[in-house]
Amino acid sequence: MLRLELVSISKQYPAVKANDNVSLKVQPGEIHAVLGENGAGKSTMMKMIYGAVRPDEGEIRWNGQPVQIRNPQEARHLGISMVFQHFSLFDTLTAAENVWLGLDKSLSLAEVTQRITKVSKEYGLDVEPLRPVHTLSVGERQRVEIVRALMTNPKLLILDEPTSVLTPQAVEKLFVTLRQLASEGCSILYISHKLDEIRALCHHCTVLRGGKVTGEVDPRTETNAGLSRLMIGSEPPQLKHVQAHVGELALELKGLSLVKQSPFGTSLADIALQVRAGEIVGVAGVSGNGQQEFMAALSGEDTRAPAGSIRMFGNDISNASPRHRRKMGLHFVPEERLGRGAVPTLSLAQNTLLTRTEAVSKSGWIRTGQVTRLAADLIARYNVKAGGPGAAAKSLSGGNLQKFIVGREIDAKPKLLIVSQPTWGVDVGAAAQIRGALLKLRDEGCALLVVSEELDELFEISDRLVVIAQGRISPSVPTAQATIEMIGEWMSGLWPRDGAAPRKEAAHA
Amino acid sequence: MLKLEARPQPSKAMSFASPLIALVLTVILAALLFAALGKDPLKGLGVFFVEPLNGMRSISEVLLKSTPLILCALGLAVCYRSNVWNIGAEGQFLLGAIAGGGVALWLTTEGISGSRGIYSPLVLIAGALGGMVWAAITALLRDKFNASEILVSLMLVYVAQQLLNYLVFVPWKDPMGFNFPQTKTFDASTWLPALLPKSRLHWGFVVALVFVGIFWSFLFRSWRGYQLQVGGLAPAAARYAGFSARTSLWTALLTSGGMAGLAGAMEAAGPLKQLTPHVSTGYGFTAIIVCFVGRLHPVGIVFSGMLLSMMLIGGELGQSRLGLPNALTGVFQGLLLFLLLACDTLIFYRIRWKGAPHAVVPPAVKPATPTTAKEGA
Repeated sequence: MLRLELVSISKQYPAVKANDNVSLKVQPGEIHAVLGENGAGKSTMMKMIYGAVRPDEGEIRWNGQPVQIRNPQEARHLGISMVFQHFSLFDTLTAAENVWLGLDKSLSLAEVTQRITKVSKEYGLDVEPLRPVHTLSVGERQRVEIVRALMTNPKLLILDEPTSVLTPQAVEKLFVTLRQLASEGCSILYISHKLDEIRALCHHCTVLRGGKVTGEVDPRTETNAGLSRLMIGSEPPQLKHVQAHVGELALELKGLSLVKQSPFGTSLADIALQVRAGEIVGVAGVSGNGQQEFMAALSGEDTRAPAGSIRMFGNDISNASPRHRRKMGLHFVPEERLGRGAVPTLSLAQNTLLTRTEAVSKSGWIRTGQVTRLAADLIARYNVKAGGPGAAAKSLSGGNLQKFIVGREIDAKPKLLIVSQPTWGVDVGAAAQIRGALLKLRDEGCALLVVSEELDELFEISDRLVVIAQGRISPSVPTAQATIEMIGEWMSGLWPRDGAAPRKEAAHA
Repeated sequence: MLKLEARPQPSKAMSFASPLIALVLTVILAALLFAALGKDPLKGLGVFFVEPLNGMRSISEVLLKSTPLILCALGLAVCYRSNVWNIGAEGQFLLGAIAGGGVALWLTTEGISGSRGIYSPLVLIAGALGGMVWAAITALLRDKFNASEILVSLMLVYVAQQLLNYLVFVPWKDPMGFNFPQTKTFDASTWLPALLPKSRLHWGFVVALVFVGIFWSFLFRSWRGYQLQVGGLAPAAARYAGFSARTSLWTALLTSGGMAGLAGAMEAAGPLKQLTPHVSTGYGFTAIIVCFVGRLHPVGIVFSGMLLSMMLIGGELGQSRLGLPNALTGVFQGLLLFLLLACDTLIFYRIRWKGAPHAVVPPAVKPATPTTAKEGA
C-alpha cells in the first residue's frame, strides 16, 4: 500500500496554473525526491499535502484512503511533518517555545526543551533551545525547523531544501539520519535542486517543470546532466573560469574586531583579509559564526569598526556610512532579499532607488521615467521573470528577486562587490546565471568577496578561499590547493594558527 | 460558515472600497443608535449627513472646519508612513495657536500698523514654528533616550493645554474682558482674509489645498519622501541602503509639527480672532482618523477631512436641534475608524462561504465526488 498518493492534482492561482494534473506515489520508507526549478510547482504541491492549500481538482490518498487535508493540524494529525524553506518561526519566542507551539500540549516546556536537546544531539543538529529566534541566523533557524519536524515522529517528512546551510560533514550526518528514519518506515519527500544530493540519497525522483510532471526516474541510475535536462529542458551552461588577472589591493582588513551587539551574536576577533581587483575571495563557514556581523561591518550597516581596520583602495572606510561606501564603489548584496535587499511592498522600479540614485536630481526629485527604464532594463538583461517594473518585490519568486538584486548591484559597475549567499534557495538555472555574472564581473577587474554556506559554489567560482569560524577568519588558501575535507575541518575552527601559512601564500601571489 | 481566506495579492479595489463600506456601516449603526436614543433615525441622519451640506453657508462651514483637519492629517500621514507614531498633533496645534496668536496679540497691543500681506504670513509662520518646537521635544527624547514617541507626544498635548490655559487666564488675559479667560480680539490687520464674502471661510483653505499638492510631490516624487517611507516599510532595507533613521524621525516629526502648528495659527487668526482655552475642539485627534480614513494619501485626506468636518458640524446641530449628547460625535468618529480598520481586513483577505458538504465530512470517509465526476466527463 502506498503511504501517499496524489492523483491528477491541479491548482489554479489567479496568474498561473501552479499544478497541472500532477500525480505522485510515495512508498512507505521511501526517500522520494521532488526536483524542479523555482516556480515549477513544488512548493504548491507540498502545501497541498501539508493542508496549507487545497487542490482545485484531484485526489490525495493517505495509506490508500482518500483524504481531504483541510489544514496543517490535520496533516500533522495524519503524521505529516514539514520543514519549510521559508521559516515559520515567531521571532520573539525562543527556539523551544516555537517547537512547543507546534506540539500538542501534553508536554511541558521544560520537557520539550529536554527533548530538543536530545533530538538535536541524536541527529547532529546543533540547536540551543533557549535562544530567541530573532537572534538566530538563517541556518540556525532552519535547524530549529528540522528539529521541530522530527519531534512529532512523523510518518511522512517533507523537507524543502534542507541542506543549504550545513557543512559537508553535517550534510552527511543528516543523510545518515534520514536514511535511518526511512529504514524505520518513515517516508521522506525531499525537495531540492542539488542533483548530487538527490542521486546520493533518494530512491525515487519525480521531476516537475512548469507545473507538470516531466519525468519519474530512479536517480541512482541517472546522471546530473540527465536530471537537469528533465528539470530545465536543457543542461545548465558550464561556467568558464579563466585565469585571474589580479590587480591592485581593493579591500584590506586589519585588526577588525567588533564586540557583538546582541547577547547571542558573534563577536569578530582580529580579522585580517585582503581582496584584490580581479579576484573572487570566497568565505566559507557554517552560518552563525559571525557572517552577519562581518557583512554588516563591511557594508556600513554597522559603523563601529575600529579606525583603520577596513581600508578600500587605501582609504579608511571603517566608519563610513553605506551610502558613502557605495559612492566609493563598494556594493553589497545581502542574504535577506525581502525586507533588506528589497522593500517587499514597493515596486521593482522603486526598489532600484535603494542603491541606485542616478535618477535622483540634484534638488532631490525622483525622475520616475528613468527609474522605470532602469528597472525594465534590469528585468530584461538579467532575465527576471516579473510582471514588469511595477510589480511588487514580494510578488517575485526568490530566484527572480535575487537575479534582480544582483543585477541591480552589478549594473552599478562596482569596484568591490560583496555578496552574501548569492544563490540561497535559487534554482539551478538562475544560480548558474548569477555565478556567471559574478565571474564576468571579476574578469572585468572588479574585486569580489563572496560569503556562502554552499561549498560547491565557493569552489566553483572563488580564486582563493578563507573560512570564518567563531568570529575569526582563517588564512587564505588558493582554491586549486583546497579540498572539501580540509575546508570542512577549518569550518570547525581548526586551521594552522601561527600565521606561517598565509604569508607563504602571499609570497606566491 | 463564513471564512476568511488570504488573497494572493492585496486587492486594489478593496483599498478604495473599504472606506466607503466603513462609512455605510457607520451610517447604519448611527441610525440604530438614534433609534436607541428615542430619536427618529431618518431625522438624525439628516441632521448629521444632509444638513451640513444644506446651502452655501453650511458648506462654507464644512470647508472651514476641514481646513485644520486636512493640514494636521497631511503631516501625520508623513509620520505614519515613516513609522513614527505621533499622536500629539493636538498639542502641536495648540502650540501653533499660542505662537501665532501670541504674535498677533503682540502686534495688536504694540499697535504697529501694517498690512495683512505681511502680518498674516508672519502669524502663520510663527504658528508653524511653534508646532515644530513642540514636536521637536518628542523627536529629541526619542532620539536621545529612545523614549516612546507615542507616549511623549500624547502627554505633551496636556502640557500644551495647561500652557494655553495659563496664558489666557493670567498674562494674556484681556483687561477689558470682564475677567473671561480670553485675550483681546486681534487687530484686523492680523486676520486671515476671508475667501467668501459673508462667511468665516478664509484663505487658509486654499493654503491647505496647495499643501495637498506639495505633500503629494514630497511623498511620491521626492528622494527624501522615498527614504522616509522605506524606513517605515522595511527598516532593515533602509539601513542597508544607508538611509538615516534619525533624519527620518526628525523630518517626520518636524513636518507634522509644523503642519499642526500652522493649522493652530490659522484657527486663532481665522475664525476666532483671539485666544481662548477652547481654541481646538480636538482637531489634532480627529486628524488621526482623517489620516487613516484618507488612506494616508494626500488626496484621500481632502475627502476624509471634509467627511469628518461634516460629522463635527452634524454633532453640533444634533445637540441644538435634537438634544443629542455631545459625545455622539466622538462615538461616530470612533465607529468610523474602528469599522475602517475592520474593513481593511478585506484588502488582504476575502470572505468565503464554506458550504457544508465540503468541510463537514470527516477526512477518511470523504469520496472526492466533484473531481472524479469531472474526470469521467
